[in-house]
Amino acid sequence: MKRIALLGMPNTGKSTLFNRMTGGAARVGNWPGITVELLSGKILLGGDMVEIIDLPGIYDLHGFSDDEQVVRHFLHGNVPDLSLIILNATQIERQLGLLLQLKQLNMNMVVLLNMADEARKYGISIDVKKMAELLGVPIYLLSCKYGNGYAEALQAITKALRYPTPGMAEQLRSKLEQDQYVETEMARVLKHAVQIPAQLPENLTEKLDRVMLHPWLGLPIFFGIMYLLFQGIFLLGQPLENGVAELFSWLREAALEPLLSGLPAMLNGLLLDGIYNGVATVAAFVPIIVLFFLFMAMVEDSGYLSRAAFLMDALMARLGLDGRGFVMLLMGFGCNVPALMGTRVMRSRAMRLLTMLVIPFSLCSARLQVFIFFTAALFSPRAAPVVLFSLYLFSFAAAIITALLFKRRFQNSEPFVLELPPYRFPTARQIVMRGWLEIRHFLRRATKFIIAGVILVWLLTNLPPSAAPASSDTLAGIIGTWLHPIFAPVGISEQLTIALIFGLVAKEIVIGSLAVIYGLGGNALGTVIGQQLDWVQAYSFMLFTLLYTPCLATVATLRSESKNIGFTLFAIGWSLMLAWLTSFAFYQGARALGY
Amino acid sequence: MPSTTLAALHPGDAATIVTIHAEEALHQRLLALGFRSGKHIELIRKASFSGPLQVRIGTTDILLRRSEAAKITVCQGANGK
Repeated sequence: MKRIALLGMPNTGKSTLFNRMTGGAARVGNWPGITVELLSGKILLGGDMVEIIDLPGIYDLHGFSDDEQVVRHFLHGNVPDLSLIILNATQIERQLGLLLQLKQLNMNMVVLLNMADEARKYGISIDVKKMAELLGVPIYLLSCKYGNGYAEALQAITKALRYPTPGMAEQLRSKLEQDQYVETEMARVLKHAVQIPAQLPENLTEKLDRVMLHPWLGLPIFFGIMYLLFQGIFLLGQPLENGVAELFSWLREAALEPLLSGLPAMLNGLLLDGIYNGVATVAAFVPIIVLFFLFMAMVEDSGYLSRAAFLMDALMARLGLDGRGFVMLLMGFGCNVPALMGTRVMRSRAMRLLTMLVIPFSLCSARLQVFIFFTAALFSPRAAPVVLFSLYLFSFAAAIITALLFKRRFQNSEPFVLELPPYRFPTARQIVMRGWLEIRHFLRRATKFIIAGVILVWLLTNLPPSAAPASSDTLAGIIGTWLHPIFAPVGISEQLTIALIFGLVAKEIVIGSLAVIYGLGGNALGTVIGQQLDWVQAYSFMLFTLLYTPCLATVATLRSESKNIGFTLFAIGWSLMLAWLTSFAFYQGARALGY
Repeated sequence: MPSTTLAALHPGDAATIVTIHAEEALHQRLLALGFRSGKHIELIRKASFSGPLQVRIGTTDILLRRSEAAKITVCQGANGK
């Protein structure tokens, strides 16, 4: 099968093009370095199946960071039949250098000047014909995001694929020594084919940045935006979750109970009280998760993440991290796994490890489900969003304390140089795609962990058969009692302890297993938990859930990204310790104050 | 005109890059981002609490720390263009 590779600098729209070509679902965002792995998809092009590979962005072929090495290794190992070089047309002036470097590798290539729409707004005009003639490669202007020019480009790609690739990616380095050639060639092409106005017209980005990056207002605005986002998620999402939960209990009463009434009691219990209650209670959170990722997609696509890096770098520098680390923490709010992989853009191993040590404290969307459930059950509708926001602040605090304590062990002198892209608006298509991606991700996790988890919880709370369900004679009761000396001082009951144990696998299971332990679904479960716990116990439980060992997927990623078992065990041990100490201090402190 | 470093400029100042004194990896990255001697550079803003600088070269905006900016010598003034 023929193979097409997408190459270019970070944040030029390779993944957007990849998604457009393959109908695939690569994660896109207005942040240099959002793609750190190889992604491939197959499409039918001119009658043949072709494999398309989306590569991480590279600034040049000399790059030293892990994501850039991925590209170098790829080019060494597999010379693509065709390389699509994607350049940001607004930055043609400097991105041309990379094209000339790649051209020296003598590969079969088609050049796509992306973001033609933005370039036009800047008043940059590019004579594509002239440029193609000067460089001797086919060049097309297009907008991957809106699709303008896409049809012509695709035609050219199909045509170019017919030619054999002459290129050999060997002797990469020796070829790249000819930097002087690149310089003069760049000047020649720019002079003849590109016109850039001396003074750029003042645009929306500059006007917005004057406020968003204001020396005094910038940080308050950042926290204000965060607060509004989470308030919005809670206010919009919580009623949705309630509605879906009601729908699931109605479905159970109206259809499933009559249907399964003929089954033996044990099997009936496992199916309805175990699997159905557990999974339905977790599934009720899907709308909130979709909503959350819609907001997240807007923030990521807007380009605000780089602004956050600008605003927070001064603080992060004092913690031995940098602005990018802060952005990874924000990305961790979605899921810790891609955030951990995002640290590949860092060159210094010490800084990468320190960043990976703090990311698991980032309050991910799975933990968010637990917190929305508990805050809605225990706090008034007015207090609940504030309580939720306080957990985000605890999440930052845990990251800051961890970095402060360990920065000496991970000392580094990584330079901080980052592109600041203009603000961009995501298209509806991109937002919907992201929402769909997350539902799919959730379903995959659901089939992998949640069903198995809730079955196991049900068995633990119903075996041996002689014991009354969920009583202290069951296996779960025995484990809970055994762990009681550890969890009693932090105010966490035996039932909650069992839920926490399953939370080690995935935080979504926490609510699912509570549903199984109490034998209640959705809203009824919330009412019972609201009656059984007081707010101090609930908050202590939430603090523990926030800080203790992240899910299995995160642990596996920590291991594979750090390639160090010692570091992974250290990260797990530290998070368990911090969780217990924080919950202990909070619980005993609050009780001592009379709450 | 006297030469100074990028870190010493004030927001709104424009200058021309003279030399870059950075180790190889950083030098490569700066080169790829458009830092070349003779290029026109503008300081857009500085973050508070001695945070990073935002500079503009051509159509690219770049964030960099003051310590990195101090490695870039620039020449300020009328003949800077």
